Amino acid sequence: MDATITLHVDGEEHRLTVDTRTGLLDALRDRLGETSPKKGCDHGQCGACTVLVEGRRILSCLALAVSHDGARVTTAAGLAPRGDLHPVARAFVDRDALQCGYCTPGQVCSAVGVLDEAARGWPSLVTDESGDDPGEGAPVPLDREEIRERMSGNLCRCGAYTHIVDAVESVGSAGAGGEAAR
Amino acid sequence: MSATDGPGAAPGAHTALGLPLERLEAADKVTGRAPYAYEHPLPDPLYLHPVTSTVARGRITAVDTSAADATPGVRLVLTHTGAERLADTGDREFAVLQSDRVSFYGQFVAAVVADTPETAREAAALVRVEYEAEPHDVVLTADHPRLYPPGDEDDPADHEQGDPDAELARAPVVVDRTYRTPMEHNNPMEPHTTVALWTGDGPGPGSGDGDLTLYDSTQGAHPVRETVAGVLGLDPARVRVVSPHVGGGFGSKGSAHAHDILAAMAARALPGRPVKFALTRQQMFSLVGHRTPTIQRVRLAAESDGRIRALVHDSVEHTSTVKEFAEGSAATSRMMYAALHRRTTQRLADLDVPIPFWMRAPGEAPGIYALESAMDELAQACGIDPVELRLRNEPSVDPRTGEPWSDRRLVECLREGAERFGWADRDPAPGTRREGRWRVGTGVAAAVYPHLYNPGSVAEIHYDGDRYTVDIGAADIGTGSRTALTQIAAQGLGLPVERVRLRLGDTDLPAATVAGGSSGTVSWGAAVLAAAAAFRDRHGTDPGPGARARAAAPEDAVAQGRAVASFGAHFVEARVDADTGEVRVPRMLGVFSVGRVVNPRTARSQLVGGMVMGLSMALHERSVLDPRTGHVVNADLAEYHVPVHADVGDVRAHWLEGEDPAAGPLGARGVGEIGIVGAAAAVANAVHHATGVRVRELPITLDRFVG
Amino acid sequence: MRPFAYSRPRDAAAAVAEVSADPEACYLAGGTNLVDHLRLGITRPGLLVDLRDLLDDGVEEMPGGGLRIGAATPNSDLAAHPLVRRRHPMLSAALLSGASGQLRNAASTGGNLLQRTRCAYFRDTAAPCNKREPGTGCSALEGHGRHNAVLGASRHCVAVHPSDMAVALTALDARVRVLGPGGERVVPLPGLHRLPGDEPHRDTVLEHGDLITAVELPDPPRGRRSAYRKVRDRASYAFALVSVAAALEVADGRVRGVRLALGGLAHAPWRARRAEEALTGAPATADAFREAARAELADARTGPDNAFKPALAVATVTAVLRDLAARGDR
Repeated sequence: MDATITLHVDGEEHRLTVDTRTGLLDALRDRLGETSPKKGCDHGQCGACTVLVEGRRILSCLALAVSHDGARVTTAAGLAPRGDLHPVARAFVDRDALQCGYCTPGQVCSAVGVLDEAARGWPSLVTDESGDDPGEGAPVPLDREEIRERMSGNLCRCGAYTHIVDAVESVGSAGAGGEAAR
Repeated sequence: MSATDGPGAAPGAHTALGLPLERLEAADKVTGRAPYAYEHPLPDPLYLHPVTSTVARGRITAVDTSAADATPGVRLVLTHTGAERLADTGDREFAVLQSDRVSFYGQFVAAVVADTPETAREAAALVRVEYEAEPHDVVLTADHPRLYPPGDEDDPADHEQGDPDAELARAPVVVDRTYRTPMEHNNPMEPHTTVALWTGDGPGPGSGDGDLTLYDSTQGAHPVRETVAGVLGLDPARVRVVSPHVGGGFGSKGSAHAHDILAAMAARALPGRPVKFALTRQQMFSLVGHRTPTIQRVRLAAESDGRIRALVHDSVEHTSTVKEFAEGSAATSRMMYAALHRRTTQRLADLDVPIPFWMRAPGEAPGIYALESAMDELAQACGIDPVELRLRNEPSVDPRTGEPWSDRRLVECLREGAERFGWADRDPAPGTRREGRWRVGTGVAAAVYPHLYNPGSVAEIHYDGDRYTVDIGAADIGTGSRTALTQIAAQGLGLPVERVRLRLGDTDLPAATVAGGSSGTVSWGAAVLAAAAAFRDRHGTDPGPGARARAAAPEDAVAQGRAVASFGAHFVEARVDADTGEVRVPRMLGVFSVGRVVNPRTARSQLVGGMVMGLSMALHERSVLDPRTGHVVNADLAEYHVPVHADVGDVRAHWLEGEDPAAGPLGARGVGEIGIVGAAAAVANAVHHATGVRVRELPITLDRFVG
Repeated sequence: MRPFAYSRPRDAAAAVAEVSADPEACYLAGGTNLVDHLRLGITRPGLLVDLRDLLDDGVEEMPGGGLRIGAATPNSDLAAHPLVRRRHPMLSAALLSGASGQLRNAASTGGNLLQRTRCAYFRDTAAPCNKREPGTGCSALEGHGRHNAVLGASRHCVAVHPSDMAVALTALDARVRVLGPGGERVVPLPGLHRLPGDEPHRDTVLEHGDLITAVELPDPPRGRRSAYRKVRDRASYAFALVSVAAALEVADGRVRGVRLALGGLAHAPWRARRAEEALTGAPATADAFREAARAELADARTGPDNAFKPALAVATVTAVLRDLAARGDR
């Protein structure tokens, strides 16, 4: 069964007819020719398909396209104007935080989401919540342990993890976090 | 060029080798614009979804495709009764849909091609296959009745020198232990994918008309072309394989597999339409290879000062009934230590399991895990520091042949690693250190990887008046070979790297060997250097536009009469939760002897990545075959664990500066696999030091420390 | 995936009416569980009723005390909510123990409660499974059983409930507001999730068409400390082997109140009533905690692959309560 939907991908509006069964990831890859979100597992187990929807990082493989009619989707290709690199992407290049590159756009999108979430004061499992008022919402400093925990939904089989953490740490400490996702 | 000349036609002009050049395609990868196999823009694609067997052994008795045929949007349903007869199925892995035999769970038994991926998948689910199941056997045991010695006269399964049994009987210290490693799967992040397009005149087998293009996720475009052309009975010149970017492989993409053939068969039946076929993650657990489980008995006979008199390493592994693949886990034990008396043996049982294949350091990774665990046990038995034990058993020549080492330097790796890691003053007593909730320990293990050089690659250089284009059909599966080969070309031409553009991953480019056995950069680099030398010979340093030269890598590049191999030393800190047994590895440090390093950035990533995969082997990876069905139960990335960010602490790789002229014109040896070898043993040894518990079966899971 | 129709009703009541009227209909919320199952072929609906924008997605204080959590509240927002972090750190930690940042951004509170088991045989349509196809048998019983239940299982099913959040809510005496074809009702936790018995296909007491609209949480008593500890096969992004949700009030060295729920052990989040009873009034010592945990696990039944689970559960309960008792008030 088909449905006609609108997707705003990296600032561009697309009107398309999809099978109700079509996942957002497949709509992006098969229908719109977007190569940035990758299919590594198709079941929410690897993070390669991570994109930002309305600024929040999600797994596009576990989203149905029909349910995202009207959504604004940002892929790693759309984080910066063509020809430029987003600070997070630049840091990945600088630190050689990639090898085969297949998980990389997902890692980059996830890192952008991490920086935003930490800037909003969202805790992670390893955030010290023993202070006076854990709910006050102050930004969470992103040390390496925080970055590791928050990035754990993005597998990298090449084992570039330490370099990815270097990259995210360098951007986090440069304070480019909060604005990155918006 | 002789093997002892330094590389490069214009020494001193520009030294591109050794520069930490940024990965050339990095910007395309971080944005996701670099196209992988599935992602090349092609008009009007069709989508293939296979049907796979649900018995491990038997015969297909009926296939009902009526519901699939009746599904709107279905273009083709392939079964063993309707599929074309293939030209050459001598390699039985490629006998796709050729008979009613089922030889393992998850084998292709049918396929659907449809207009959309949703339709193809649903129609495949509607295909009904009935089987006459036969009793199967998928469980490897040390005394399995089907065990046999693989190999032949030139490459026998067993090697013996001296009289190891006599030494085992008389030596004052004997370690006799059995280690087990599980079935493991490569699981590159990019699933194996082939997009097949048949163009030209008549469809159908035997017509001979038409050309086949495969957009393939492979470690070797040319080898895939040779295989697919042979199986389909095509002139290789009519087959093109394109793979500019490959999302990892770690061996599993080192040859064509059945899915390449299936996609090509579908494309031949549907000419003019690209047929896209990406395996699902689940299907990758039965169709693209795996590392065999191993059962390894290691016996070390030593004097009480730790000097090894005899080393015996017996390895038992499985292979498939479809074809033989032998991992060879005991082989490198023959070159590690100065034991006068040695024996290594290998036995295989052909079981009703999927076909095993290369997985990063096949043989060395499980084999050295066993040997280096046993070395740790010997150190403990003798009351000797485990670094010192290895120093005492350092062989001055290759014990297999008596040949001198070209560039072993294992002693330096151990000494420098110990220094960097802070090994001195280590308390040897196991299970005595505690920091808060953690029991803490450290471990060491040595590493080895043989030096492989594959002749047969060709490179061509073309000058357009501005830039030099270097063409070679090599693969960059994330190793950084595109970048490293560019540097090698720049070095050879005496140019800054900006003047050189390198193209790879396409059979329209000159032939290249597979990215396997850590041989890529060394083997392709030899071709690039030869082409650069030929270019300069013919055109000098001031060529005109259109200048062109082509050359092949030398047949023999590795010095004769020398033992050439890479070595390394791993140091690991492990922590085990005193309550729950959870294991964490906050620190890994490796020092490697790999000859010349062409690009320290990408080489470091390779070495660190190998170490992380070794950590994964130590703590996480295990494919669980259900003995009742022959099916891998945990066939996805939620249950087949590889490390996540939170599992990986501080991982550092160092290497000894230098070069190894005996290794070939580059003076380099490979860096792709040495990082994984030994890492798991170092983790296991550190865990033992932390807890006093010796785990001899990987992976090391928390239940070993509870209760 | 079988083709299905898709509907976006105007409000929750209309959604309930639509699903209730069609036995092949099901709800779509965050999709993180359902889309996975659609693709595996575990769930083959004829109609998807999308709950997008129909349910509350925030946390508010209730007039008589306690928190009301809209069923559409994403896991990440719930974990980060100031009221949750202050009053129920155990719940925040449980949520943050689950899945990954991306999944928590999409997964809803209601959907998480109804998350289905991760049993590998349930997820493999080629394998017999009583939960997926009643009457076909249980492959896990004699199969790979590392995750198998050790408490409250039956010969028909040894699956475990995978949610971390549900374990915390079970410890916290949460209540679930349910809208059904017959109107609204309240279901307490524990009480929502079932043990398998001879109907393992039924995960909960909800009927077809029932829709969770909110979760209500009573305020904690003064002096309560709470924690969630998840033990798993990797450091993050893995399902629990054992998890412990614990809340403890200690006065004068004795346990004044305790709430304890266990994950990874049973078909439902396991409220450890026996241990709670044993501990109330007992000295707040590691020995007492261990003794109580042993009592709770006394009826555990294991196989070769999960024989470690009772000991792991005892060790983890002991460690969590010991650490809570040692912690200063907050």
